[in-house]
Amino acid sequence: MTADPADGPARAPEDTRAARPATAPPAVKAPPRGRGPGRLALALLAPGLLALLLTYALPLVWVVRMSLNESEEGGAIRQTLSAATFGHVLGSGHYWNVIGQTVELGVLVTFFTLLVSYPVALFLARTTSRWRSLLIALAVTPLLISSVARTFGWMAILGTQGVINKTLTGAGLIDSPLHLANNFTGVVIASTEIYMPFAILAMISGFGRLDPALEHAAASLGAPRRTVFRRIVLPLTLPGVLTAALLVFVLSLSGYVTPRLIGGGRVFVLATEIYDEAITALDWPVAAVLSMLLLAVFGVVITLYLRAQRALEARFTGPREAGS
Amino acid sequence: MNARRLTSTVWAVVLTVLYLFLLAPILIVLVESFDTSSYLRFPPEGFGLDAYRQVFANEAFREGFRVSGITAAATALLAVVTGVPAALALTRLRFRGRAAIEAAFLSPLLVPHIVLGLALLLILAPIPLTDTYVGLILAHLGVTVPYVVRTVSASLVSADPRAEEAARTLGASGLMTFWRITLPAIRPGLLSGGIIAFLLSFDETVISLFVSGQHTVPLPVAVLQYVEYRSDPSVASLSVLLVLLSVVVVVLVERGLGLRRTLRSG
Repeated sequence: MTADPADGPARAPEDTRAARPATAPPAVKAPPRGRGPGRLALALLAPGLLALLLTYALPLVWVVRMSLNESEEGGAIRQTLSAATFGHVLGSGHYWNVIGQTVELGVLVTFFTLLVSYPVALFLARTTSRWRSLLIALAVTPLLISSVARTFGWMAILGTQGVINKTLTGAGLIDSPLHLANNFTGVVIASTEIYMPFAILAMISGFGRLDPALEHAAASLGAPRRTVFRRIVLPLTLPGVLTAALLVFVLSLSGYVTPRLIGGGRVFVLATEIYDEAITALDWPVAAVLSMLLLAVFGVVITLYLRAQRALEARFTGPREAGS
Repeated sequence: MNARRLTSTVWAVVLTVLYLFLLAPILIVLVESFDTSSYLRFPPEGFGLDAYRQVFANEAFREGFRVSGITAAATALLAVVTGVPAALALTRLRFRGRAAIEAAFLSPLLVPHIVLGLALLLILAPIPLTDTYVGLILAHLGVTVPYVVRTVSASLVSADPRAEEAARTLGASGLMTFWRITLPAIRPGLLSGGIIAFLLSFDETVISLFVSGQHTVPLPVAVLQYVEYRSDPSVASLSVLLVLLSVVVVVLVERGLGLRRTLRSG
């Protein structure tokens, strides 16, 4: 009863239990009232909110603040409130190249990931095979293995001494090894595989509207398979595809490990650039500005996603209402 | 009929190829982990356990394993300790701003780790808490709390609040009710939240990269730095060992959970 929940996160388990009897109406009975959080709610929320504030909210505010500072010759940071660093970054062709490569990588990876994930997700969502759960498990197995290890696996596949080049040269199909690693192509190939399990999961959970009865109905009414796919399956799976697209795009925009390792120092995207500026060049204001730009790209992408989603919904509800 | 068989064959081939693509790096990692050569190449020179021995002989890996283990355990504990009360408040209490607070608890999931890593570097470096356990744990806390809040909230929602009300009606104190009714009911969610937090922290690469230095280097960072300059099969062996370890942990916890349940009901 004496424990003060505001003590801090470390004491919270005792706090929780001690805090509950301390307040007259127990948590489970608290009536819905129209006022702000009561003392009990505040006590319960305090450790978590404190953790979020210290480890997430405050640091992000710091980034915003840092983006308005300027770096001076010799690595010193001048505390000021100016858009000079923004101007420096946006006025430089190098950083525009980086932004362009980041978006290009995101678009390509998203496109290829959707392309290779859609058939798998469609199959998993529709199959009645007794192997279904095993196949779903296999599809998400890669998530068990760290992306560093999987990227390492791709280095072993794509490298000049790797599986593909050794096999092709061994078979006499090519004379000199293909350049699949240490470049943009390699990053696209590896990233596509890295994000595939996410896309498959997002698609499967978004395919809820897919009903085999509809396909059967269309087929029995004489629609050819292609028409069934175009008129029934594709529209019903588009919301799931859209969610997967957003997820993969956002993940690949901020992906760091694969561009760094497979890129071999020759692929410059916002994520690698932020790290290099912050750790190698020690130019924190520029790193902060690049972070803001990354978040801005995020904002644009999410806005586009919401628009597309609304458009889809509108198309959905239209014929549905007409049909029922 | 023939066309039908053709399409289903095409389907099967396409799916097999896609699954092969998806699992290719894992299969290669598995094969390479037994490679006896000191240089990553294909096909492997010979098969043996040399690379596995190298993992245990590697000081950076051993130290990284220790750092990651301690960090992940502390992070998971802190995430549970701060996340469970929050989940309780969010599911069992009604107050103004509840939806906003709930959104705030999930919002760290929306911020890219590369930005969060930089943010934590900027705030931890001047204190200075970078390259320390405290810094690493704080850095991992923000991204793990949301998962605990989510899993625990989910099991709180599915648990019947009437059992709690009944206990209260029968005179149990709030503490007793939480301990005897709520906690057992949410144990699965609590455990999976804790395990997810542990695994996420153990696996966290990008944020750790920003806040670790020379002294406190967690395993993923050690591996990343190793892979960048060397390419021998020991990283493959290490990955295989880590997967085995996480499977063992999950199975053990599941077993323990099941065992306790049977004891309870018996």
